[in-house]
Amino acid sequence: MSSFITSMGFDVLFKGTNMIRLLQGLLVALKISLISVVLSIVLGIIIGMLMSLKKPVINVISRIYLEIVRIMPQMVLLFIVYFGATKALGLNVSATAASLIVFTFWGSAEMADLVRGSLISIPVIQYESSYALGMTKLQTYLYVIIPQTVRRLLPLAINLITRMIKTTSLVMMIGIVEVLKVGQQIIEANRKTSPNAAFGIFATIFLLYFLACWPISLLSRYLEKKAA
Amino acid sequence: MDPILKVEHLHKNFEDFKALEDVNLSVQKGEVVVIVGPSGCGKSTFLRCLNGLEEIDDGKVILDDKVINPGNANITKERQKIGMVFQSYDLFPHKTILQNVILAPLKVQKRDKEDASKEALELLERVGLSNKKDQYPRQLSGGQKQRVAIVRALIMHPEILLFDEVTAALDPEMVREVLEVVLSLAKEGRTMVIVTHEMAFAKAVADRIIFMDGGRIIEEGKPEEFFEKPKTERAMRFLESFEY
Amino acid sequence: MDAGAISQYFPLYVEAFFLTIKIGWMGIALSLLIGVVGAFVLHFKVPVLSVIINVYVELFRNTPLLVQLFFIYFGLPKVGLVISADKCGVIGLGLLGGSYMVEAIRSGLSAVPVSQTESALSLGFTKRQIFTNVILPQAVISGIPAVIANVIFLLKETSVFSAISLMDLMFTAKDLIGLYYDTTECLLLLVLFYIVMLLPVSALGSFIEKKIRFGSYGD
Repeated sequence: MSSFITSMGFDVLFKGTNMIRLLQGLLVALKISLISVVLSIVLGIIIGMLMSLKKPVINVISRIYLEIVRIMPQMVLLFIVYFGATKALGLNVSATAASLIVFTFWGSAEMADLVRGSLISIPVIQYESSYALGMTKLQTYLYVIIPQTVRRLLPLAINLITRMIKTTSLVMMIGIVEVLKVGQQIIEANRKTSPNAAFGIFATIFLLYFLACWPISLLSRYLEKKAA
Repeated sequence: MDPILKVEHLHKNFEDFKALEDVNLSVQKGEVVVIVGPSGCGKSTFLRCLNGLEEIDDGKVILDDKVINPGNANITKERQKIGMVFQSYDLFPHKTILQNVILAPLKVQKRDKEDASKEALELLERVGLSNKKDQYPRQLSGGQKQRVAIVRALIMHPEILLFDEVTAALDPEMVREVLEVVLSLAKEGRTMVIVTHEMAFAKAVADRIIFMDGGRIIEEGKPEEFFEKPKTERAMRFLESFEY
Repeated sequence: MDAGAISQYFPLYVEAFFLTIKIGWMGIALSLLIGVVGAFVLHFKVPVLSVIINVYVELFRNTPLLVQLFFIYFGLPKVGLVISADKCGVIGLGLLGGSYMVEAIRSGLSAVPVSQTESALSLGFTKRQIFTNVILPQAVISGIPAVIANVIFLLKETSVFSAISLMDLMFTAKDLIGLYYDTTECLLLLVLFYIVMLLPVSALGSFIEKKIRFGSYGD
């Protein structure tokens, strides 16, 4: 058994603080995604509500915004903000700030689209029958429309969190020391003593991401079933 | 004369719920049997047992001296002799009206396309829909879709036709156009088993009325007898529920 | 903006563009293959295989492509499985995409109402005939929007190939920025090539989605 662990390169995990370092790396990624998620949800709700107003100017702007997010890889956006902004605007954007900007820019668009979709999916008759009961516009939104919207929105919004977490793995490409980068450092440092560390480390990181995302996926699916 | 369809001691359970209990029925060639009864009485389940859509738990369904339920390995072949029309029409949404009608003749009976199309058009003409042949189901009204569904069943030359609440999903003004088609088939001497909530229609089309409640046949008889002076208390109450 | 730099780098981007497209579409083809097979297994509830497919879908949907690629490219050789960067890109994208395609195609299959099967049964169709003539065509149509959304997602995901030293668009941009510092020009070309790669697919997706939502069959 122990020879199996060694030959598969899992032994590195138990050396010194390696496992803790990996977890700390994961925490860096999770922190970035958590902040981006919170910002995205707040901004996304505002933008989504604006979009559902169907004003021509907002429509055009939001169409362009959504299309950019739809076709530009987050990696490209990261490069533009991290390298491009520094060069073009003379700003010195830190890697963490760049990732927060990009993920919020991307997440807000996704969230806004979900909010808009949920809002327009509520049939007009729901508004009409509320007015017919003598409710004011505010009451209609508060008691009828928003509760229904939230039920549809919640599972999709939670699903966005898992996508956000997965996407934050990209930040290593602009030099943030997160779990993958830590993994590479550990592999590099133990190159001589554990030549197979790459297998064990990357398998572990694979599992760590899975453990971070899977419960959230399950929650999202559970809520989706409940809302249906 | 030997009956064309015979049902003997049919039992059907859904887990603990007894949907059908000891149902017996014989249908003669050319006879129109109409089954009525309150919602949930088992009449639709009974119809589905007749062509093997539901596997029965006890008893027999015999068509032309062949047991077709329970478990007939040739059920696919036997089903061609039983046409069924559903409440929800269930036309194939990805096929035009003509394609809907000829799909089964081509694939199931391996008939010649020209021949099948010719007959399909004649049948569509008969129900007043030959001009819709190249449209898709979603472009038709509910009543029109249901008439197409009837044609789709007829083109298979079934020996017996089953109608499962074919007007239940229709707007009131479309009920008539569908019932007229069914009535004309009855006059032609087709063998039919009809489940319906339209009492006036039941009276007009039936040779025999079967009244079901709680998964059993409670009463049967000639339509005029059943509607004028029902023999059982339950049937009486059921008929009263249709009056204001 | 330096036009000279742009014309100098342009051929390098074209080369990277074709490599990205080649590997991207090969990966997508693999993902469709996995998706179709997996969806069939789940739809027909094939014993044992269903469990395997479910585990696979959960594993790959809940992990980032970058981590998957690192594992395949750097991890697997340590247990004797050496895979070239090209193949790794195709396999990684195919496995990730497959887990999404299984879902898309399976939900297309289950979107066809049971009553369609029953009415076909009552017309005398066999199970196999019903599948090919009734269920599959409808499933394809209702599954297409999700499949196209996945294709767009996967084409975007190709941008992480650079991490395993594939000379794709991202790699080229990063390389040139590092060498010559023409950041603006290099990023502009990068954006341009991604637009060329994705805008047509995105437009096609919107078009088909509209057609299915409003027209569905017929006009």
